[in-house]
Amino acid sequence: MTDRMLTMSEALREAMAIAMEERPEVFILGEDIGIYGGAFGVTGDLYHRFGSERVRDTPISELGIVGAAVGAALSGMRPIVEIQFSDFTAQAMDQIVNQAAKIHFMVGGGLHVPLVLRAAAGSGTGAAAQHSQSLEGWFANVPGLKVVIPSSPYEAKGLLLASIDDPNPVIFMEHKLLYKVAGREEVPEGAYRIPLGVSRVLREGKDLTVVATGIMVSRAMAAADLLEKEGVFLTIIDPRTISPLDMDPVYASVEKTGRLMVVQEAPEHGGFLNEVIAKVATGPSLGSLIAPVVRLAGMNIPIPYAPQLEKAAVPQVEDIVKSAREIVASWR
Amino acid sequence: MTAAALKIGDPLASHENARYALLTMSRIRRLEEAVEDLFGRGMMHGTMHLSIGQEATATGVCMALGITDQITSTHRGHGHCVAKGADLTSMIAELLGKENGYCHGRGGSMHIADVATGNLGANGIVGGGIPIAIGAALASKMMKKGTVAVSFFGDGAMNEGAFHEAANLAAIWKLPVVLVCENNGYGMSSSTHVAFAIKTLAERGLGYGIPGITVDGNDVAAVYAATQSAVDRARAGDGPTIIECVTYRWKGHSRSDKNLYRTKEEIDEWKKKDPILFFEHVVRERNLLNDEEVASVHAEATSQVIHAVNEAMKGVPADPAGLLAAVFKTVESVEVTA
Repeated sequence: MTDRMLTMSEALREAMAIAMEERPEVFILGEDIGIYGGAFGVTGDLYHRFGSERVRDTPISELGIVGAAVGAALSGMRPIVEIQFSDFTAQAMDQIVNQAAKIHFMVGGGLHVPLVLRAAAGSGTGAAAQHSQSLEGWFANVPGLKVVIPSSPYEAKGLLLASIDDPNPVIFMEHKLLYKVAGREEVPEGAYRIPLGVSRVLREGKDLTVVATGIMVSRAMAAADLLEKEGVFLTIIDPRTISPLDMDPVYASVEKTGRLMVVQEAPEHGGFLNEVIAKVATGPSLGSLIAPVVRLAGMNIPIPYAPQLEKAAVPQVEDIVKSAREIVASWR
Repeated sequence: MTAAALKIGDPLASHENARYALLTMSRIRRLEEAVEDLFGRGMMHGTMHLSIGQEATATGVCMALGITDQITSTHRGHGHCVAKGADLTSMIAELLGKENGYCHGRGGSMHIADVATGNLGANGIVGGGIPIAIGAALASKMMKKGTVAVSFFGDGAMNEGAFHEAANLAAIWKLPVVLVCENNGYGMSSSTHVAFAIKTLAERGLGYGIPGITVDGNDVAAVYAATQSAVDRARAGDGPTIIECVTYRWKGHSRSDKNLYRTKEEIDEWKKKDPILFFEHVVRERNLLNDEEVASVHAEATSQVIHAVNEAMKGVPADPAGLLAAVFKTVESVEVTA
């Protein structure tokens, strides 16, 4: 371990600090992001470093906050909005969906909205149905929004810096179980950008292509470690951004492995990774498939409270191991 | 109307100002009459929300604004757009779905914006523009631009959460913003008498620590005066003001309106309070414009609108080829190190 094995919170904070140092028009606004340091500690000491104007505490007012960010973005600023729990985006939906996403298009290109909306997403903290959802699919279905799902501290820093640079509204979904953990790789010091719309192949194995998002990437990697000992080799692909979506590495991998599994925490019905399956079904690698496609997703239920119920509601490492083992063994 | 023509000042301060105010109101009226005519003849599709009868509000407010001051507008936004200095041909071309329209045919009547005149856009969502104006004012304050943002919204919007959240943010951050409520008596068919339990909508400011004033929205000079003092307060760093402009829309909410919720007598009563006729009366009385000059102003407005319609008609229909590429602004060069 070196001192550059940061947690995702630390990596995100570094990205925001770099952006604020680079550009005077970057500022953060949200609930309890100032002295409190953010509900999950992401903004941390930024209030003390950049002051109350640029690390701006707001009332509990999600619609107002996002709307103010849209107006500021239209007027020369580059706001980063922190929404404490992604579930609360429901309170701000008009400004996200009807305003931010559409303004550039519907006014004919004269205006644009360089806005990043960071939100804490996902289950696993015992916060139950209204504080645990994975809502990325909502936003992926709205043309005009980019949707980013970092899977590690390294990804989080580079993707957030690229999102802040982007002249369009970006929804940045951070899984709260990732905040406090370090990833598998170091986070470089200083600025680096990971372009939006480029999938990453994290490991290559001959037997099965796994496309996973967010926290499911690390679960898929853990599953791949276990399966490797049994002689089953997985390719793991992290799309990193689901809008825009880079499918080329998926097609290329499916052509080699002939098998595809998609893993997401969001409920299966209408979930985003169904889009990946649809694209494979209508894309160039369909003829290479030798097995049915496997879908691992959240159950079609609100996230429940009790630990054993919550765990059962979304895919775990053992679920990925079991399904991968079965599909590789059954279809040869 | 050129951009430099903005920030005219008091409609009653001079012959020129009086002429400008009358011309602006007349241009709005003639434009919307032309729009109604084009719809009636089946040459425009979609819907339309006309502000005929409300011209003094848009005009009076914008005469207190500079070109760099910003506005957010509403679904009933043609008047705001014209009063802030928009190009009539580009507006009509947009309504006709032409490539040379403000939005290249992608937005239509409810989404016209004009960056050059500080118009951040009309809005199809009731109350949608209010938080956006607050954000524009926040940017002005943070960037020390010295500009003011004005949000136009209707009485209906005052019952939307967006108004309440935005008003509170504007107040606690003392933002340079003016909240202009065009109270035309109805949110579609809901009378303000059934939708509010307060006497004047300006009272809504009390709950937020925002001063509120109610003015005759059909008196362009009164609207101007209220706006000018609100703009002065905003520029001085004293925060937001709510201005309730009491007015009336002569036409239905939109094309589908059969006026079942109000009487013909009520509409006729308000037509007697025509903001244009009222202003003509005032300027004649004050010897600012004579009958001949008044007639020439209306003739000029009519000829501008006819010219704009003819020019707009020459445009080519909006082209679907560019649609996909129009969703996102192109990313400026992003350094790749991944």
